[in-house]
Amino acid sequence: MEAFDSAVLRRLLETRGDALLATHATHGDATALVDARRIVDVLRFLRDDPACAFDMLADLCAVDYLRHPDHEGPRFEVVYHLLSTSHLHRVRIKAGVPELPCQIDSCVEVWPGANWMEREVFDLYGIRFRDHPDLRRILLYEEFEGHPLRKDYPKERRQPLVGPRN
Amino acid sequence: MASPQTRERDLGRDLHSENQILNMGPSHPATHGTVKFLIELDGETIVDLDIQVGYLHRGFEKECESGTWYQAIPYTDRLNYNSAILANIGYCLAVEKLLEIQTPERCQWLRTMAGELSRLGDHLTRCGAACLELQAMTPFLYGIEARELAWDLMEMLCGARVTSNYVRIGGVKHDMDPGFPARCRDHIVKIRGLLRDYDDVVTQNRIFVDRLRGTGVLPKEDLIRYGVTGPILRAAGVPLDLRKDAPYLKYAEVDFDVPIGTVGDNYDRYLVCVEEMHQSLRIVEQCLVALEKIGPGPVDVDDPRVRWPAKGRVFNAMEELIQQFKAVTEGPMVPAGETYHAIESANGELGFYVVSDGSAQPWKVRCRPPSFLNLQPMPKMLAGAMLADLIPTFDFVNMIGGECDR
Repeated sequence: MEAFDSAVLRRLLETRGDALLATHATHGDATALVDARRIVDVLRFLRDDPACAFDMLADLCAVDYLRHPDHEGPRFEVVYHLLSTSHLHRVRIKAGVPELPCQIDSCVEVWPGANWMEREVFDLYGIRFRDHPDLRRILLYEEFEGHPLRKDYPKERRQPLVGPRN
Repeated sequence: MASPQTRERDLGRDLHSENQILNMGPSHPATHGTVKFLIELDGETIVDLDIQVGYLHRGFEKECESGTWYQAIPYTDRLNYNSAILANIGYCLAVEKLLEIQTPERCQWLRTMAGELSRLGDHLTRCGAACLELQAMTPFLYGIEARELAWDLMEMLCGARVTSNYVRIGGVKHDMDPGFPARCRDHIVKIRGLLRDYDDVVTQNRIFVDRLRGTGVLPKEDLIRYGVTGPILRAAGVPLDLRKDAPYLKYAEVDFDVPIGTVGDNYDRYLVCVEEMHQSLRIVEQCLVALEKIGPGPVDVDDPRVRWPAKGRVFNAMEELIQQFKAVTEGPMVPAGETYHAIESANGELGFYVVSDGSAQPWKVRCRPPSFLNLQPMPKMLAGAMLADLIPTFDFVNMIGGECDR
């Protein structure tokens, strides 16, 4: 099996070309940068199209490109790694998210598995997912101030101490 | 004294009852993993379940971003502490993909072998602890005794039993000891014996089968939509195993089977895990044969970007001294770019998404944790089930706090 599949990029270019901002396949990883306003449409297409059939959202995470030497575009990127269990191919979809308003549409209705991963991105990066059914912190606690995986969050920063709760 | 009419009316009415909330965890004797369940119960039936994770969050990604590429390897040990080497391998393969490095033959066989020993240890812990939590002490001890043997082999190979820190970017720490194959074969015989003992006590045990059969079932379509991988998905009949479907290291050259289940209940998950242990032992034996066949050779890639020069050269030649100095103080520079590499860990797809800006510090190291995603649909698996079914289901979801919470 070819792990990452460039044929998917061609298919995406044919059908959703207007939503595609850039594509590359460095190191063999087929990658598409998608207009954030169209993200759910593109993801739903990738799930439902028989030639793509990405039935599993293998991973969802975000990257903060603040002060990155050669990054252009919005500060954050939300990264989706899709896997098709029938065709056994993969693709990486990315969407830029600006600092303000720091939000993007949720894809929980496309894959319910996105729920916890979007909560984690919200928790650690502060990116809000519109229409997420249950957007609360997941790894950290409610009283935690700030979002630790942002590049401007200092590693040494102390946090308020909270007592036991029910 | 109520009138007969009133009494009759009262008896015909439903009794008033209300659901109760039960807190279970974060440190509960019947769960191996630090997690809190908030369970809404109607009698003993689970109405709703909220899983609260994060108790073991140690900022893995933040720590990785503040060190060199090498300094992240010991942190990967502490993700899934039952099978540390698999996380080592996953991370190093992702970084090697970014560096476009091909490791030597011998190194790949050693990694495959160490990874399978590690998977064996993980499954032994899962199956052993499952018995313990279902109140069966003896099979747990069989499992732990076998794991001790596997860890003895780890110790002989890596110098450490649990957090082995064996794999390096572009190689492994060192070659195996000359006495290793003999000891390994000896231990494999003993482990097989213990697995037989374990099987005798557990597999047909009435209590064990009754507690597991038919519990925690979720259709395979749902499991896929939730991103569940590993033995849980295979038990539901989906033969997805990255060792077969996207072979890395030497998996394309070894002979092994991928067991799958039919129903996808906890009993199938148990059977899949047990069979996978036998397959792991088979792979280890084939690795030993291959290692003996190819004979001594380098275990590190010959690439000055990631490996240190030989000590003798460092003491006697200027260039190597400088190279060593730079390698130690700065660490390797990884070319700018991004990549994702996934391996089949004991719990499922363990992926690493690494982003580099071309410097000696990772820009981003994302670990795709199988435990986290496998735990997520647990409320669905248990909807309408009894409270007692939570224990075996959680056992075979095998959530590892270190990996789930990172």
